[in-house]
Amino acid sequence: MRHLLSTKDLSRESAIGLLDVAEDMADVQNREVKKLPTLRGKTVVNLFFEDSTRTRISFEAAAKRLSADVINFSAKGSSVSKGESLKDTAQTLQAMGADGVVIRHQASGAPFTLATSGWIDAGVINAGDGMHEHPTQALLDAFTMRRRLHGDASRGKALDGVAVTIVGDILHSRVARSNVWLLTTLGAEVTLVAPPTLLPVDTSHWPVTVGYDLDAAIDEGVPDVLMMLRIQGERMRASFFPNEREYSRTWGLDDERLARLAGDTIVMHPGPMNRGLEISAAAADSPRSTVREQVANGVSIRMAALYLLLAGEEEN
Amino acid sequence: MAESFLIAGATLPDGSRADLLIEDGTLVEAGTSVSSVDATHVDADGLIALPGLVDLHTHLREPGYEQSETVLTGTRAAAAGGYTAVFAMANTSPVSDTAGVVEQVLSLGEAAGYATVRPIGAVTVGLGGERLAELGAMAASRAQVRVFSDDGFCVSDPLLMRRALEYVKAFDGVIAQHAQEPRLTRGAQMNEGALSGELGLAGWPAVAEESIIARDVLLAEHVGSRLHVCHVSTAGSVEVIRWAKSRGIRVTAEVTPHHLLLTEDLVRGYDARYKVNPPLRTREDAEALRAAVVDGTIDIVATDHAPHPAWAKDTEWDAAANGMVGLESALSVVHAALVADGRIDWADVARIMSAKPAEIGSLAGYADGLVVGAPANITLYDPEVTRSFSTEDLAGKGVNSPYLGLELPGRVLHTFHQGRRTVADGAVLDAAEVARA
Repeated sequence: MRHLLSTKDLSRESAIGLLDVAEDMADVQNREVKKLPTLRGKTVVNLFFEDSTRTRISFEAAAKRLSADVINFSAKGSSVSKGESLKDTAQTLQAMGADGVVIRHQASGAPFTLATSGWIDAGVINAGDGMHEHPTQALLDAFTMRRRLHGDASRGKALDGVAVTIVGDILHSRVARSNVWLLTTLGAEVTLVAPPTLLPVDTSHWPVTVGYDLDAAIDEGVPDVLMMLRIQGERMRASFFPNEREYSRTWGLDDERLARLAGDTIVMHPGPMNRGLEISAAAADSPRSTVREQVANGVSIRMAALYLLLAGEEEN
Repeated sequence: MAESFLIAGATLPDGSRADLLIEDGTLVEAGTSVSSVDATHVDADGLIALPGLVDLHTHLREPGYEQSETVLTGTRAAAAGGYTAVFAMANTSPVSDTAGVVEQVLSLGEAAGYATVRPIGAVTVGLGGERLAELGAMAASRAQVRVFSDDGFCVSDPLLMRRALEYVKAFDGVIAQHAQEPRLTRGAQMNEGALSGELGLAGWPAVAEESIIARDVLLAEHVGSRLHVCHVSTAGSVEVIRWAKSRGIRVTAEVTPHHLLLTEDLVRGYDARYKVNPPLRTREDAEALRAAVVDGTIDIVATDHAPHPAWAKDTEWDAAANGMVGLESALSVVHAALVADGRIDWADVARIMSAKPAEIGSLAGYADGLVVGAPANITLYDPEVTRSFSTEDLAGKGVNSPYLGLELPGRVLHTFHQGRRTVADGAVLDAAEVARA
């Protein structure tokens, strides 16, 4: 694998392969010594143009457990905030000898541009670009589902027939997009539920079912997985919905809806959560919730991605 | 005394063959077996002679943005594309909103000599959209401004638009509207549709253009004024304009070469060369635009030539500048989009790229095409060749062309501006040679 830019162009075979490598990485996490020497001497740059402590430290932990040297490059307090271009930044990293670049950027397509521009030779991992994709989040979500469903027998398995309902701000969500492509590639049946204002204007080409009614999705759809997305306050101020109360009442996973979920439905959230808005505290902390597993699995997935990008070529 | 030229054996737009004699800046003879002892002979066998092209929508960037383009370099690009007149948009710095600035642009054009430069005046002070610029002063100036536009910005305030439409009736002016509802397009990056949703780029919905055009044609009807719609880009806009014309509303419309030929699918690789405002639309939109040129709903092709320095495009999509250069490629693109499959002929090309844009802009000398007595503005075009379009074909400062690497038909071989040669054998002549003494 040269770069990891999106899940849309990931084949079923390579997706399962990556999840399986992540299983191996997860095994390492259970050892007393969590570190592998695999990427010793390699330099990984976390290039974050947007604040995201959670994603950055997840990548940092992943790279360090593979013995890579890690440089954190944050747009705040660097020359980026003084107007240095993506190109100049990339050429600086190239000159410093970066082997891998993990990029988070507010502009959709920036990782693609970085990977295809010729500015840099390093492998590029998209850690979230604008409203486009967040592939490692979708991979860790798929990994988490697979583990909940198959436990230790997860290796080699896909998600055929698994009903996944994603609820919330689909329009602005890179997590939703990456999950739509990856989960359907793995055979899952995906339903999107959102206020009409928070859906893209045309999803007719997406391999999903789209609805506005969360109660119908819970009672009639009977999802195996209910994934709640974070809702941002600025959406309310821009009139995507009237106010938090109405959103929460109509599209939030409250205690009453939690109680109506089928016996084995799991509840996911990419974090950070707004407790009491899109998800109640009880739902977030219930045994159905995978929120903390998602965080732990994120490190395994990112170790797998870094391994496949930076060590994979030599071994294949 | 100016050099004389005998253009021998050219094919005129109507398909007939003729020799054309240019003396003292004027077309003095047209017919078979024209002869002249003194004139420089130009072999036009197999070449189409078109009246000099007129672009109603050019960004020359001067004053203020000389790193992108100057009047000199922009008119060189015009000459390379077969243009002999360009209307220079007002979004300069300072904005072309006073008689002083438009006269400066006019003078720079006269000094360069490659093409007639007619400045467009801003509708509002500083393109700010709040109060009218000195429209009358610009009209009465030496630049004789007749076209007014805030291009780049929409005159979105309906009352201000009404006032502007009414006011310019005093001197038969026209308001050229950049139709873009600003609130519906905040942060917009590409056409809104299935692809924008997939790519995660903020959408620029067709309705943001169509709703402004609908409002403006009704305003133009109400006050009996002339409206020109810049760079129409959607099928729905075509429907609105068709309806307005059927009601007798005095509206004209332009389409860019790129909206005729290119579609939003090009955005998929996030290559900022394809970032333009209004954005590239769908296949269905492009087809509706081509049909609208054929049936006359759209009156003219205008380039929206928008040069930028390389760094403004060599960046992530959101940060990149909007716009494409278009003067050098326009004729070939119209050839590819409409002439190649026989939907329009060369007489139509002469109408939509020369006579009609001149009429809309109140530019004299182009009404009757290549007739004896008219100023000698002539373009000789070889329709038989095919070229891989490259930076070699560009003559301005900008290299932000969406056609680089594409196979395009035809090539401009000679351009004559007011009887003076600006392009010979496909090469733009030196500035010193072209500049007036």
